[in-house]
Amino acid sequence: MTWTWFHRLGSPPYVYGLAQRLTPWLGWPAALLIAGGLWGGLLLAPPDYQQGDGYRIIYVHAPSAWMSLMVYTTMAAAAAVGLIWRIKVAHAVAASCAAIGASFTFAALVTGALWGQPMWGTYWQWDPRLTSELILLFLYLGYIGLRAGLEDTQRADRASAVLAVVGVINVPIIHYSVTWWNSLHQAPSVMRLAKPTLPPSMLVPLMMMLLGFTLLFGALLLVRLRAQILARERSSAWIREALGT
Amino acid sequence: MTELPANVAAAIAPAAGADDFRPLSSLAAARMALRRDLTLAFRQRGQLVQPLAFFAMVTLLFPLAVSPELARLREIVPGVLWSAELLASLLALEFLFRDDVQDGTLEQYALSGQSLTALLFAKTTAHWLLTGLPLTVMAPLAALSLGAPTSAVAGIVASVALGGVTLSLIGSIGASLTLGMKRSGALLSLLTLPLSLPVLIFGARATQLAITGGVLVAPLELLGALAVLGVTLAPLAAAAGVRISLE
Amino acid sequence: MKEFLDMGGYAAFVWPAYAVTLAVIALNIYWARRELEQARAAARRRLATQERGS
Repeated sequence: MTWTWFHRLGSPPYVYGLAQRLTPWLGWPAALLIAGGLWGGLLLAPPDYQQGDGYRIIYVHAPSAWMSLMVYTTMAAAAAVGLIWRIKVAHAVAASCAAIGASFTFAALVTGALWGQPMWGTYWQWDPRLTSELILLFLYLGYIGLRAGLEDTQRADRASAVLAVVGVINVPIIHYSVTWWNSLHQAPSVMRLAKPTLPPSMLVPLMMMLLGFTLLFGALLLVRLRAQILARERSSAWIREALGT
Repeated sequence: MTELPANVAAAIAPAAGADDFRPLSSLAAARMALRRDLTLAFRQRGQLVQPLAFFAMVTLLFPLAVSPELARLREIVPGVLWSAELLASLLALEFLFRDDVQDGTLEQYALSGQSLTALLFAKTTAHWLLTGLPLTVMAPLAALSLGAPTSAVAGIVASVALGGVTLSLIGSIGASLTLGMKRSGALLSLLTLPLSLPVLIFGARATQLAITGGVLVAPLELLGALAVLGVTLAPLAAAAGVRISLE
Repeated sequence: MKEFLDMGGYAAFVWPAYAVTLAVIALNIYWARRELEQARAAARRRLATQERGS
Protein backbone atom coordinates (compact mmCIF):
# COMPACT_ATOMS: atom_id res chain seq x y z
CA MET A 1 0.00 0.00 0.00
CA THR A 2 2.64 2.51 0.99
CA TRP A 3 4.67 1.68 -2.13
CA THR A 4 2.09 3.26 -4.44
CA TRP A 5 3.21 6.62 -3.16
CA PHE A 6 6.81 5.71 -3.92
CA HIS A 7 6.00 4.50 -7.41
CA ARG A 8 4.09 7.67 -8.17
CA LEU A 9 7.24 9.65 -7.40
CA GLY A 10 8.79 8.01 -10.42
CA SER A 11 6.18 9.49 -12.71
CA PRO A 12 7.20 12.85 -14.18
CA PRO A 13 3.67 14.25 -14.61
CA TYR A 14 2.80 13.42 -11.03
CA VAL A 15 5.99 14.92 -9.66
CA TYR A 16 5.53 18.02 -11.81
CA GLY A 17 2.10 18.64 -10.39
CA LEU A 18 3.23 17.88 -6.87
CA ALA A 19 6.19 20.26 -7.21
CA GLN A 20 3.94 23.00 -8.48
CA ARG A 21 1.56 22.64 -5.57
CA LEU A 22 4.22 22.27 -2.89
CA THR A 23 6.46 25.19 -3.85
CA PRO A 24 4.48 27.97 -2.12
CA TRP A 25 4.19 25.83 1.02
CA LEU A 26 7.97 25.79 1.22
CA GLY A 27 8.77 29.19 -0.19
CA TRP A 28 6.65 31.42 2.01
CA PRO A 29 7.52 29.79 5.33
CA ALA A 30 11.16 29.98 4.23
CA ALA A 31 10.84 33.71 3.64
CA LEU A 32 9.23 34.21 7.04
CA LEU A 33 11.79 32.12 8.87
CA ILE A 34 14.72 33.85 7.18
CA ALA A 35 13.25 37.28 7.87
CA GLY A 36 12.63 36.31 11.47
CA GLY A 37 16.09 34.83 11.81
CA LEU A 38 17.69 37.98 10.42
CA TRP A 39 15.68 40.12 12.81
CA GLY A 40 16.54 37.95 15.77
CA GLY A 41 20.17 37.52 14.83
CA LEU A 42 20.95 41.11 13.99
CA LEU A 43 18.79 42.93 16.50
CA LEU A 44 17.55 40.77 19.33
CA ALA A 45 20.51 38.53 20.08
CA PRO A 46 23.03 40.06 22.47
CA PRO A 47 26.66 40.66 21.51
CA ASP A 48 29.08 37.86 22.22
CA TYR A 49 31.43 38.03 25.19
CA GLN A 50 34.53 37.39 23.09
CA GLN A 51 33.62 38.36 19.57
CA GLY A 52 31.30 41.32 20.15
CA ASP A 53 28.97 41.94 17.26
CA GLY A 54 31.30 40.22 14.84
CA TYR A 55 29.93 36.79 15.70
CA ARG A 56 26.66 37.68 13.97
CA ILE A 57 28.17 36.40 10.74
CA ILE A 58 27.25 32.99 12.10
CA TYR A 59 23.65 33.67 11.10
CA VAL A 60 24.61 33.59 7.43
CA HIS A 61 27.74 31.48 7.53
CA ALA A 62 26.40 28.43 9.38
CA PRO A 63 23.25 28.09 7.25
CA SER A 64 25.30 28.46 4.07
CA ALA A 65 27.73 25.77 5.19
CA TRP A 66 24.82 23.55 6.21
CA MET A 67 23.30 24.06 2.77
CA SER A 68 26.52 23.16 0.99
CA LEU A 69 26.64 19.80 2.74
CA MET A 70 22.93 19.02 2.78
CA VAL A 71 22.47 19.83 -0.89
CA TYR A 72 25.40 17.65 -1.88
CA THR A 73 24.08 14.76 0.18
CA THR A 74 20.66 15.17 -1.45
CA MET A 75 22.30 15.30 -4.86
CA ALA A 76 24.36 12.20 -4.20
CA ALA A 77 21.37 10.30 -2.76
CA ALA A 78 19.18 11.21 -5.72
CA ALA A 79 21.99 10.30 -8.10
CA ALA A 80 22.42 6.93 -6.41
CA VAL A 81 18.68 6.22 -6.63
CA GLY A 82 18.72 7.17 -10.31
CA LEU A 83 21.76 5.01 -10.95
CA ILE A 84 20.57 1.92 -9.11
CA TRP A 85 16.90 1.90 -10.01
CA ARG A 86 17.19 3.85 -13.27
CA ILE A 87 14.57 6.42 -12.31
CA LYS A 88 14.69 9.48 -14.54
CA VAL A 89 13.04 11.75 -12.00
CA ALA A 90 15.81 10.99 -9.51
CA HIS A 91 18.42 12.13 -12.04
CA ALA A 92 16.36 15.27 -12.60
CA VAL A 93 16.45 15.95 -8.85
CA ALA A 94 20.22 15.55 -8.76
CA ALA A 95 20.66 17.90 -11.70
CA SER A 96 18.47 20.48 -9.98
CA CYS A 97 20.64 20.48 -6.88
CA ALA A 98 24.00 21.30 -8.42
CA ALA A 99 23.86 25.05 -9.03
CA ILE A 100 22.11 25.65 -5.71
CA GLY A 101 24.73 23.73 -3.79
CA ALA A 102 27.66 25.34 -5.57
CA SER A 103 26.43 28.87 -4.91
CA PHE A 104 25.89 28.25 -1.19
CA THR A 105 29.30 26.60 -0.91
CA PHE A 106 30.71 29.78 -2.38
CA ALA A 107 28.73 31.83 0.16
CA ALA A 108 29.98 29.63 2.99
CA LEU A 109 33.59 30.10 1.92
CA VAL A 110 33.26 33.87 1.50
CA THR A 111 31.37 34.46 4.76
CA GLY A 112 33.81 32.16 6.51
CA ALA A 113 36.73 34.19 5.21
CA LEU A 114 35.07 37.42 6.33
CA TRP A 115 34.56 35.91 9.77
CA GLY A 116 38.04 34.53 9.95
CA GLN A 117 39.92 37.71 9.26
CA PRO A 118 38.84 39.74 12.30
CA MET A 119 38.63 36.74 14.62
CA TRP A 120 41.70 34.69 13.78
CA GLY A 121 43.69 37.22 11.78
CA THR A 122 43.51 35.42 8.46
CA TYR A 123 41.10 35.23 5.56
CA TRP A 124 42.20 31.75 4.72
CA GLN A 125 43.92 28.84 6.34
CA TRP A 126 44.65 25.45 4.83
CA ASP A 127 43.07 23.61 7.72
CA PRO A 128 41.01 20.47 7.10
CA ARG A 129 37.53 21.96 7.26
CA LEU A 130 38.20 24.95 4.99
CA THR A 131 40.21 22.86 2.57
CA SER A 132 37.57 20.17 2.31
CA GLU A 133 34.84 22.80 1.87
CA LEU A 134 36.88 24.16 -1.04
CA ILE A 135 37.14 20.62 -2.39
CA LEU A 136 33.35 20.46 -2.16
CA LEU A 137 33.07 23.54 -4.35
CA PHE A 138 35.28 21.90 -6.95
CA LEU A 139 33.21 18.75 -6.77
CA TYR A 140 30.10 20.76 -7.56
CA LEU A 141 31.85 22.55 -10.41
CA GLY A 142 33.16 19.26 -11.75
CA TYR A 143 29.65 17.81 -11.61
CA ILE A 144 28.24 20.81 -13.48
CA GLY A 145 31.11 20.73 -15.98
CA LEU A 146 30.68 17.02 -16.67
CA ARG A 147 26.95 17.43 -17.28
CA ALA A 148 27.57 20.36 -19.56
CA GLY A 149 30.19 18.49 -21.55
CA LEU A 150 28.09 15.43 -22.31
CA GLU A 151 25.37 15.97 -24.87
CA ASP A 152 23.45 12.77 -24.38
CA THR A 153 21.16 13.31 -21.40
CA GLN A 154 21.21 9.71 -20.30
CA ARG A 155 24.98 9.47 -20.34
CA ALA A 156 25.24 12.84 -18.59
CA ASP A 157 22.84 11.65 -15.91
CA ARG A 158 24.65 8.42 -15.24
CA ALA A 159 28.22 9.71 -15.50
CA SER A 160 27.55 12.65 -13.20
CA ALA A 161 25.76 10.29 -10.83
CA VAL A 162 28.93 8.20 -10.49
CA LEU A 163 30.88 11.38 -9.82
CA ALA A 164 28.41 12.57 -7.19
CA VAL A 165 28.47 9.23 -5.38
CA VAL A 166 32.29 9.01 -5.42
CA GLY A 167 32.53 12.56 -4.09
CA VAL A 168 30.11 12.04 -1.21
CA ILE A 169 32.93 10.72 0.92
CA ASN A 170 33.99 14.35 1.26
CA VAL A 171 30.86 15.26 3.24
CA PRO A 172 31.63 13.33 6.43
CA ILE A 173 35.24 14.45 6.12
CA ILE A 174 34.12 18.08 6.21
CA HIS A 175 31.71 17.52 9.02
CA TYR A 176 34.00 15.54 11.27
CA SER A 177 37.24 17.31 10.37
CA VAL A 178 36.85 19.73 13.25
CA THR A 179 36.80 16.87 15.72
CA TRP A 180 39.35 14.66 14.01
CA TRP A 181 41.97 17.33 13.67
CA ASN A 182 42.72 20.17 16.05
CA SER A 183 42.32 23.06 13.72
CA LEU A 184 41.60 26.71 13.36
CA HIS A 185 37.88 26.19 12.87
CA GLN A 186 35.83 26.17 16.03
CA ALA A 187 34.38 23.02 17.49
CA PRO A 188 30.74 22.24 16.75
CA SER A 189 28.52 24.32 18.96
CA VAL A 190 25.12 23.59 17.52
CA MET A 191 25.14 19.98 16.47
CA ARG A 192 25.59 18.72 20.00
CA LEU A 193 21.90 18.94 20.60
CA ALA A 194 22.15 17.44 24.05
CA LYS A 195 23.65 20.55 25.53
CA PRO A 196 24.30 23.25 22.93
CA THR A 197 26.73 25.83 24.15
CA LEU A 198 24.80 28.78 22.74
CA PRO A 199 22.20 30.55 24.89
CA PRO A 200 18.60 30.52 23.56
CA SER A 201 18.61 34.17 22.49
CA MET A 202 21.42 33.32 20.09
CA LEU A 203 20.32 29.79 19.30
CA VAL A 204 16.74 30.48 18.25
CA PRO A 205 17.55 32.86 15.38
CA LEU A 206 20.20 30.41 14.24
CA MET A 207 17.74 27.52 14.14
CA MET A 208 15.28 29.74 12.31
CA MET A 209 17.89 30.54 9.69
CA LEU A 210 18.90 26.90 9.34
CA LEU A 211 15.30 25.78 8.91
CA GLY A 212 14.51 28.72 6.64
CA PHE A 213 17.43 27.95 4.35
CA THR A 214 16.42 24.30 4.24
CA LEU A 215 12.87 25.15 3.19
CA LEU A 216 14.27 27.62 0.67
CA PHE A 217 16.33 24.80 -0.81
CA GLY A 218 13.17 22.73 -1.07
CA ALA A 219 11.36 25.49 -2.92
CA LEU A 220 14.28 26.19 -5.27
CA LEU A 221 14.69 22.48 -5.93
CA LEU A 222 11.03 22.07 -6.86
CA VAL A 223 11.15 24.98 -9.28
CA ARG A 224 14.28 23.70 -11.00
CA LEU A 225 12.90 20.17 -10.95
CA ARG A 226 9.88 21.30 -12.92
CA ALA A 227 12.20 22.89 -15.47
CA GLN A 228 14.24 19.68 -15.70
CA ILE A 229 11.15 17.51 -16.14
CA LEU A 230 9.83 19.74 -18.90
CA ALA A 231 13.16 19.66 -20.69
CA ARG A 232 13.35 15.88 -20.55
CA GLU A 233 9.83 14.93 -21.47
CA ARG A 234 9.39 14.04 -25.10
CA SER A 235 5.86 12.65 -24.95
CA SER A 236 3.75 15.76 -24.81
CA ALA A 237 0.33 14.57 -23.76
CA TRP A 238 0.43 15.85 -20.21
CA ILE A 239 2.65 18.83 -20.97
CA ARG A 240 -0.04 20.50 -23.02
CA GLU A 241 -2.30 20.42 -20.01
CA ALA A 242 0.44 21.42 -17.57
CA LEU A 243 1.44 24.46 -19.61
CA GLY A 244 -2.12 25.55 -20.00
CA THR A 245 -2.28 26.43 -16.34
CA MET B 1 19.89 -35.41 -43.42
CA THR B 2 22.34 -36.38 -46.16
CA GLU B 3 25.76 -37.72 -45.29
CA LEU B 4 28.66 -35.42 -45.96
CA PRO B 5 31.55 -36.71 -48.09
CA ALA B 6 34.37 -38.01 -45.92
CA ASN B 7 36.90 -35.34 -46.79
CA VAL B 8 34.46 -32.51 -46.07
CA ALA B 9 33.43 -34.10 -42.80
CA ALA B 10 37.07 -34.42 -41.78
CA ALA B 11 37.72 -30.78 -42.69
CA ILE B 12 34.94 -29.43 -40.57
CA ALA B 13 35.40 -31.77 -37.62
CA PRO B 14 36.52 -29.97 -34.46
CA ALA B 15 40.29 -29.89 -34.00
CA ALA B 16 41.90 -32.29 -31.59
CA GLY B 17 41.78 -30.96 -28.07
CA ALA B 18 39.14 -28.38 -28.93
CA ASP B 19 36.94 -29.64 -26.11
CA ASP B 20 39.70 -28.73 -23.68
CA PHE B 21 38.55 -25.10 -23.94
CA ARG B 22 38.08 -23.58 -20.50
CA PRO B 23 36.98 -20.02 -19.83
CA LEU B 24 39.65 -17.72 -18.45
CA SER B 25 39.65 -16.91 -14.77
CA SER B 26 39.42 -13.23 -13.88
CA LEU B 27 42.98 -13.29 -12.67
CA ALA B 28 44.28 -14.76 -15.91
CA ALA B 29 42.28 -12.26 -17.93
CA ALA B 30 43.64 -9.43 -15.81
CA ARG B 31 47.19 -10.69 -16.27
CA MET B 32 46.66 -10.79 -20.01
CA ALA B 33 45.35 -7.23 -20.00
CA LEU B 34 48.34 -6.09 -17.98
CA ARG B 35 50.82 -7.78 -20.33
CA ARG B 36 49.02 -6.37 -23.34
CA ASP B 37 49.15 -2.81 -22.08
CA LEU B 38 52.82 -3.05 -21.14
CA THR B 39 53.74 -4.59 -24.49
CA LEU B 40 51.84 -2.00 -26.49
CA ALA B 41 53.28 0.82 -24.44
CA PHE B 42 56.83 -0.28 -25.03
CA ARG B 43 56.24 -0.10 -28.74
CA GLN B 44 55.57 3.60 -28.35
CA ARG B 45 58.29 4.58 -25.95
CA GLY B 46 58.17 8.21 -27.03
CA GLN B 47 54.77 8.58 -25.47
CA LEU B 48 55.96 7.24 -22.15
CA VAL B 49 58.64 9.85 -21.84
CA GLN B 50 56.27 12.81 -22.04
CA PRO B 51 55.04 12.86 -18.43
CA LEU B 52 58.60 12.31 -17.20
CA ALA B 53 59.94 15.14 -19.32
CA PHE B 54 57.11 17.32 -18.07
CA PHE B 55 57.96 16.48 -14.48
CA ALA B 56 61.62 17.32 -15.07
CA MET B 57 60.75 20.61 -16.69
CA VAL B 58 58.42 21.69 -13.91
CA THR B 59 61.09 20.85 -11.36
CA LEU B 60 63.62 22.87 -13.37
CA LEU B 61 61.25 25.82 -13.46
CA PHE B 62 61.46 26.54 -9.78
CA PRO B 63 65.15 27.22 -9.32
CA LEU B 64 64.92 29.50 -12.33
CA ALA B 65 61.80 31.28 -11.21
CA VAL B 66 62.28 31.39 -7.47
CA SER B 67 65.94 31.40 -6.49
CA PRO B 68 68.96 29.20 -7.17
CA GLU B 69 69.91 29.12 -3.50
CA LEU B 70 69.60 25.57 -2.23
CA ALA B 71 68.70 26.71 1.25
CA ARG B 72 65.61 28.48 -0.02
CA LEU B 73 64.72 25.77 -2.47
CA ARG B 74 64.78 23.14 0.22
CA GLU B 75 61.77 24.78 1.83
CA ILE B 76 59.59 24.46 -1.21
CA VAL B 77 60.60 20.93 -2.19
CA PRO B 78 57.40 19.24 -0.92
CA GLY B 79 55.17 21.69 -2.74
CA VAL B 80 57.13 21.58 -5.98
CA LEU B 81 57.50 17.82 -5.95
CA TRP B 82 53.84 17.09 -5.36
CA SER B 83 52.48 19.73 -7.71
CA ALA B 84 54.72 18.35 -10.42
CA GLU B 85 53.68 14.79 -9.53
CA LEU B 86 50.00 15.67 -9.67
CA LEU B 87 50.30 17.52 -12.97
CA ALA B 88 52.44 14.84 -14.59
CA SER B 89 49.95 12.24 -13.43
CA LEU B 90 47.09 14.20 -14.97
CA LEU B 91 49.02 14.50 -18.20
CA ALA B 92 49.61 10.77 -18.27
CA LEU B 93 45.93 9.99 -17.70
CA GLU B 94 45.17 10.76 -21.30
CA PHE B 95 46.92 7.58 -22.32
CA LEU B 96 44.99 5.31 -20.02
CA PHE B 97 41.93 4.70 -22.15
CA ARG B 98 42.45 6.69 -25.31
CA ASP B 99 43.84 4.03 -27.60
CA ASP B 100 41.55 1.32 -26.32
CA VAL B 101 38.49 3.44 -26.92
CA GLN B 102 39.58 4.22 -30.45
CA ASP B 103 40.25 0.67 -31.53
CA GLY B 104 37.30 -0.82 -29.66
CA THR B 105 39.28 -2.90 -27.21
CA LEU B 106 37.57 -1.31 -24.24
CA GLU B 107 34.22 -2.25 -25.62
CA GLN B 108 35.43 -5.81 -26.05
CA TYR B 109 36.55 -5.80 -22.44
CA ALA B 110 33.12 -4.65 -21.34
CA LEU B 111 31.37 -7.27 -23.46
CA SER B 112 33.74 -10.09 -22.71
CA GLY B 113 31.92 -11.40 -19.67
CA GLN B 114 35.10 -11.03 -17.65
CA SER B 115 35.08 -8.80 -14.60
CA LEU B 116 35.50 -5.31 -16.01
CA THR B 117 36.65 -4.22 -12.57
CA ALA B 118 39.56 -6.66 -12.68
CA LEU B 119 40.50 -5.70 -16.22
CA LEU B 120 40.47 -2.01 -15.39
CA PHE B 121 42.51 -2.64 -12.27
CA ALA B 122 45.04 -4.36 -14.52
CA LYS B 123 45.05 -1.42 -16.90
CA THR B 124 45.51 1.04 -14.09
CA THR B 125 48.35 -1.06 -12.67
CA ALA B 126 50.03 -1.04 -16.06
CA HIS B 127 49.51 2.69 -16.19
CA TRP B 128 51.17 3.17 -12.82
CA LEU B 129 54.06 0.93 -13.78
CA LEU B 130 54.58 3.01 -16.90
CA THR B 131 54.17 6.47 -15.40
CA GLY B 132 53.95 6.39 -11.60
CA LEU B 133 56.94 4.12 -11.11
CA PRO B 134 59.35 6.17 -13.25
CA LEU B 135 58.11 9.29 -11.45
CA THR B 136 58.86 7.57 -8.15
CA VAL B 137 62.43 7.10 -9.35
CA MET B 138 62.70 10.66 -10.61
CA ALA B 139 61.21 12.30 -7.54
CA PRO B 140 64.14 11.80 -5.17
CA LEU B 141 66.52 12.97 -7.89
CA ALA B 142 64.45 16.11 -8.34
CA ALA B 143 64.33 16.61 -4.59
CA LEU B 144 68.10 16.21 -4.27
CA SER B 145 68.59 18.73 -7.07
CA LEU B 146 66.48 21.15 -5.11
CA GLY B 147 68.62 20.82 -2.02
CA ALA B 148 66.95 18.04 -0.06
CA PRO B 149 69.31 16.00 2.14
CA THR B 150 70.12 12.43 1.08
CA SER B 151 68.55 11.17 4.29
CA ALA B 152 65.20 12.23 2.86
CA VAL B 153 65.36 9.93 -0.15
CA ALA B 154 63.77 6.87 1.47
CA GLY B 155 60.82 8.84 2.78
CA ILE B 156 60.30 10.61 -0.52
CA VAL B 157 60.36 7.37 -2.47
CA ALA B 158 57.83 5.79 -0.12
CA SER B 159 55.42 8.71 -0.19
CA VAL B 160 55.59 9.27 -3.96
CA ALA B 161 55.16 5.55 -4.61
CA LEU B 162 52.06 5.28 -2.43
CA GLY B 163 50.68 8.60 -3.56
CA GLY B 164 51.24 7.81 -7.23
CA VAL B 165 49.27 4.57 -6.92
CA THR B 166 46.29 6.43 -5.49
CA LEU B 167 46.56 9.20 -8.07
CA SER B 168 46.47 6.68 -10.92
CA LEU B 169 43.44 4.98 -9.39
CA ILE B 170 41.52 8.20 -8.78
CA GLY B 171 42.45 9.38 -12.26
CA SER B 172 40.99 6.23 -13.79
CA ILE B 173 37.57 7.20 -12.42
CA GLY B 174 37.62 10.62 -14.06
CA ALA B 175 39.02 9.16 -17.26
CA SER B 176 36.25 6.55 -17.38
CA LEU B 177 33.57 9.22 -17.09
CA THR B 178 35.03 11.40 -19.84
CA LEU B 179 35.73 8.62 -22.34
CA GLY B 180 35.81 9.76 -25.91
CA MET B 181 35.13 13.38 -25.07
CA LYS B 182 37.09 15.77 -27.22
CA ARG B 183 39.34 18.22 -25.41
CA SER B 184 38.49 16.67 -22.09
CA GLY B 185 41.80 17.67 -20.51
CA ALA B 186 40.55 20.57 -18.43
CA LEU B 187 37.41 18.75 -17.35
CA LEU B 188 39.42 15.68 -16.41
CA SER B 189 41.65 17.84 -14.23
CA LEU B 190 38.59 19.43 -12.62
CA LEU B 191 37.16 16.02 -11.83
CA THR B 192 40.38 14.44 -10.60
CA LEU B 193 41.88 17.24 -8.54
CA PRO B 194 39.28 17.50 -5.75
CA LEU B 195 39.54 13.79 -5.07
CA SER B 196 43.34 13.87 -5.26
CA LEU B 197 43.86 16.72 -2.82
CA PRO B 198 44.06 14.48 0.28
CA VAL B 199 46.92 12.60 -1.40
CA LEU B 200 48.63 15.90 -2.12
CA ILE B 201 48.21 17.07 1.46
CA PHE B 202 49.50 13.91 3.12
CA GLY B 203 52.21 13.38 0.53
CA ALA B 204 53.54 16.89 1.00
CA ARG B 205 53.45 16.39 4.78
CA ALA B 206 55.40 13.17 4.46
CA THR B 207 57.97 14.78 2.16
CA GLN B 208 58.33 17.70 4.53
CA LEU B 209 58.94 15.37 7.46
CA ALA B 210 61.42 13.37 5.42
CA ILE B 211 63.43 16.49 4.69
CA THR B 212 63.41 17.84 8.23
CA GLY B 213 64.18 14.41 9.63
CA GLY B 214 60.92 13.94 11.52
CA VAL B 215 58.92 10.78 12.07
CA LEU B 216 57.10 9.78 8.91
CA VAL B 217 54.81 7.10 10.21
CA ALA B 218 51.55 9.04 10.44
CA PRO B 219 51.33 10.54 6.94
CA LEU B 220 52.70 7.36 5.38
CA GLU B 221 50.01 5.35 7.11
CA LEU B 222 47.39 7.77 5.83
CA LEU B 223 48.81 7.54 2.33
CA GLY B 224 48.72 3.79 2.63
CA ALA B 225 45.12 3.88 3.80
CA LEU B 226 44.19 6.07 0.84
CA ALA B 227 45.94 3.66 -1.49
CA VAL B 228 44.04 0.71 -0.05
CA LEU B 229 40.78 2.61 -0.34
CA GLY B 230 41.66 3.46 -3.90
CA VAL B 231 42.55 -0.09 -4.84
CA THR B 232 39.30 -1.49 -3.48
CA LEU B 233 36.89 1.19 -4.70
CA ALA B 234 38.36 2.97 -7.70
CA PRO B 235 38.27 0.09 -10.21
CA LEU B 236 34.61 -0.50 -9.34
CA ALA B 237 33.75 3.13 -9.98
CA ALA B 238 35.85 3.16 -13.13
CA ALA B 239 34.09 0.05 -14.43
CA ALA B 240 30.73 1.70 -13.81
CA GLY B 241 32.01 4.80 -15.59
CA VAL B 242 33.24 2.81 -18.59
CA ARG B 243 29.93 0.98 -18.96
CA ILE B 244 28.03 4.25 -18.76
CA SER B 245 30.28 5.93 -21.29
CA LEU B 246 30.08 3.07 -23.77
CA GLU B 247 26.31 2.69 -23.72
CA MET C 1 21.08 53.15 14.73
CA LYS C 2 24.65 54.10 14.15
CA GLU C 3 25.71 51.52 16.68
CA PHE C 4 23.75 48.92 14.77
CA LEU C 5 25.41 49.77 11.48
CA ASP C 6 28.78 49.85 13.15
CA MET C 7 28.42 46.28 14.42
CA GLY C 8 30.81 46.91 17.29
CA GLY C 9 33.57 47.81 14.86
CA TYR C 10 33.14 44.73 12.72
CA ALA C 11 30.97 46.43 10.12
CA ALA C 12 33.50 45.91 7.33
CA PHE C 13 33.15 42.15 7.77
CA VAL C 14 29.59 41.60 8.94
CA TRP C 15 27.74 43.61 6.32
CA PRO C 16 29.59 42.23 3.28
CA ALA C 17 28.97 38.74 4.64
CA TYR C 18 25.25 39.39 4.85
CA ALA C 19 25.27 41.09 1.47
CA VAL C 20 26.97 38.12 -0.22
CA THR C 21 24.59 35.61 1.35
CA LEU C 22 21.48 37.57 0.51
CA ALA C 23 22.80 38.09 -3.01
CA VAL C 24 23.30 34.33 -3.37
CA ILE C 25 19.73 33.74 -2.18
CA ALA C 26 18.34 36.33 -4.56
CA LEU C 27 20.35 34.98 -7.49
CA ASN C 28 19.17 31.46 -6.77
CA ILE C 29 15.55 32.54 -6.81
CA TYR C 30 16.11 34.46 -10.02
CA TRP C 31 17.97 31.62 -11.77
CA ALA C 32 15.45 29.00 -10.75
CA ARG C 33 12.52 30.99 -12.01
CA ARG C 34 14.32 31.87 -15.21
CA GLU C 35 15.19 28.24 -15.85
CA LEU C 36 11.56 27.27 -15.43
CA GLU C 37 10.41 30.03 -17.76
CA GLN C 38 12.90 28.98 -20.42
CA ALA C 39 11.86 25.35 -20.08
CA ARG C 40 8.20 26.27 -20.43
CA ALA C 41 8.90 28.38 -23.51
CA ALA C 42 10.97 25.59 -25.07
CA ALA C 43 8.24 23.05 -24.33
CA ARG C 44 5.63 25.30 -25.91
CA ARG C 45 7.77 25.63 -29.03
CA ARG C 46 8.22 21.87 -29.21
CA LEU C 47 4.47 21.34 -28.91
CA ALA C 48 3.77 23.90 -31.61
CA THR C 49 6.23 22.23 -33.97
CA GLN C 50 4.74 18.82 -33.27
CA GLU C 51 1.22 20.02 -33.89
CA ARG C 52 2.21 21.59 -37.17
CA GLY C 53 3.99 18.47 -38.25
CA SER C 54 1.17 16.04 -37.45
